[in-house]
Amino acid sequence: MTLRTYIISRILLTIPMIFILLTMVFIVVRVLPGDPVLLHFEKAENPEAMEEMRRKLGLDKPLWIQYFDYLSGLLRGDLGKSMAPGFYPVAQQIFSAFPATLELAIFSMIIAVLIGIFLGVEAAKAYNKPKDHAIRIFGIVTYAIPVFFLGMIFQITLGVGLHLLPVGLRKSPTMDAPVGLNIGGINLSTGLYTVDSLLEGNIYKFVESLRYLVLPSLTLGLVLSGVFIRLTRSNMLETLRLDFVTAAKARGLKERVVTYGYALRNAFLPVLTMMGLQFATLLGGAILTETTFSWPGLGRYIVDRINFRDYTAIQGAIVVFGIFVSIVSLVVDLLYAYLDPRIRL
Amino acid sequence: MKTPAIKKSMLSRIIPGLTSLTKRGLAGWLVLFGAIIVASIIIMTLIAPWIRPHDPSAIEIGPPLSPPSLQFPFGTTDMGGDMLSRVISGGGIMLQVAALSVIICLAAGAPLGLFSSYVGGITDRVFCLIMDSVYAFPSLVLAIAIAAMLGKGVVNMALSIAVVYVPSYFRVIRSQVLSIKEMSYVEAARAVGAKSGTILFRYILPNVVPSIVVILTVNFADAILTAAGLTFIGLGVPVDVPDWGWDLTNGRRLLNSGAWWVITFPGLMVILLALGFTFMGEGLSELLNPRLED
Repeated sequence: MTLRTYIISRILLTIPMIFILLTMVFIVVRVLPGDPVLLHFEKAENPEAMEEMRRKLGLDKPLWIQYFDYLSGLLRGDLGKSMAPGFYPVAQQIFSAFPATLELAIFSMIIAVLIGIFLGVEAAKAYNKPKDHAIRIFGIVTYAIPVFFLGMIFQITLGVGLHLLPVGLRKSPTMDAPVGLNIGGINLSTGLYTVDSLLEGNIYKFVESLRYLVLPSLTLGLVLSGVFIRLTRSNMLETLRLDFVTAAKARGLKERVVTYGYALRNAFLPVLTMMGLQFATLLGGAILTETTFSWPGLGRYIVDRINFRDYTAIQGAIVVFGIFVSIVSLVVDLLYAYLDPRIRL
Repeated sequence: MKTPAIKKSMLSRIIPGLTSLTKRGLAGWLVLFGAIIVASIIIMTLIAPWIRPHDPSAIEIGPPLSPPSLQFPFGTTDMGGDMLSRVISGGGIMLQVAALSVIICLAAGAPLGLFSSYVGGITDRVFCLIMDSVYAFPSLVLAIAIAAMLGKGVVNMALSIAVVYVPSYFRVIRSQVLSIKEMSYVEAARAVGAKSGTILFRYILPNVVPSIVVILTVNFADAILTAAGLTFIGLGVPVDVPDWGWDLTNGRRLLNSGAWWVITFPGLMVILLALGFTFMGEGLSELLNPRLED
């Protein structure tokens, strides 16, 4: 199989996956509860308002037409209307909340991978010694920590206690959000505060954005690092035994060069795959982390909409989460194929 | 006949005996340690009414939000309730939800996995595609969606957690059965004319049990954390009995007052419980599926 056929078949495989995912969400949110509008109002006290909502949201039509509307709307980037007064379009709200989640996800993933690789390599080098056991136990403990509990511990110690770092939000209310790059009336911005502040050339805003990012992404990154520790450790254990490592050592190369420059390179592909697999877990954790740190992202949006029983908005947000994960796993698979020629054989 | 022999070997693989556990290195210790933690927490929850110093739901027993002291070793809540009593009795909801969800998962995932892999063909393909789609979805997001739709309650919460983890059982069991069903002893059984049901349940199932045990313990830990997470975002079980998850959620409001004891103790209990199951799962999976590195 050439790289091109692989890419095409992998993309084609994503389509039924996303289709099943969308159908699943539709069944969970629209079909199973019977009537989302009734759920929204809790009691059937105000038939006129309910009827009006059904009509405005298109929920008065037969289910199969609703299903068709939902799918065709998605193709146009329309995620339906919210149940909140005003029936505003959900897509717009999600679009503005998304960059916050993306920024948190990227930083958390970087932290998780860095901690994971470092501790994993250290554990493998000290195989079966107390240091190895300690790192493994640490890895196991990260599986058992509720992410929001770790977040609150950080808030109460580093934030409320020592006043080192802010305990919530993305920026201080007095600071304007970074606007990105303005060239000739065209605005280039990503919605990622760290990137936008750099584009703007404003170091103060960059540092501020980072300060607000530290605790949430450290929280989420730490909880996720256990998987990478374990993976790096077991891969390094195998790689360190291979002949080329022995040969490199025999040639008198420094140990750090051998482990990080030679052996780790071989152990990196599985880490890349794991990054893709863990992305779903990461987004789940992001919902809790965002709630803990009042981080104005997609997770915070879902929780907020749940409290308002805004089922159409919940549906839209979940669809976006699902598609996001599918795309990330697609990209990771393609990257893997590009980096590892064996997959194309 | 043949069955006792299979059963014996199976049992000796699952329960190598408490004494021999400690001779199996770190993995053995992990299983033993995890089992002790889990058993202690279950016992503590069961005998809570007799060992707690105060009524956990009572308020204004002491001053509100007082830090740990001799009188109130874990401090008091914002309503002046006794934290220690709440921590002692707070495991019930979480244990119920986790146990129920694991049972639902097992009851749905295991038969599906057995059936799908044994039948094979297009049925298997369809099941796999659906399970893979559920598996690829962010599990907490899906659980949140289902819990939000089903409404609050122990059974609903367990159900929403269970749906998310069914694919894990399905996948593990399916892949196990696929490899076992090619083994010569299964072929021999088929050659002497054993029925499909006999082969599946008497010859294949016992060999899948070790994997099920591993995934069960891991699933338990996941279910506990998911239950805590659902409670934290407001989808918890609205009950008047104390619950660690609820105390953690409530404690978030009080963070700015510096009341660390309100979240720390229930949080540590959740970690301890999840850790107990994780230790067991880690140890068991190493004991039952020895890998290259050992």
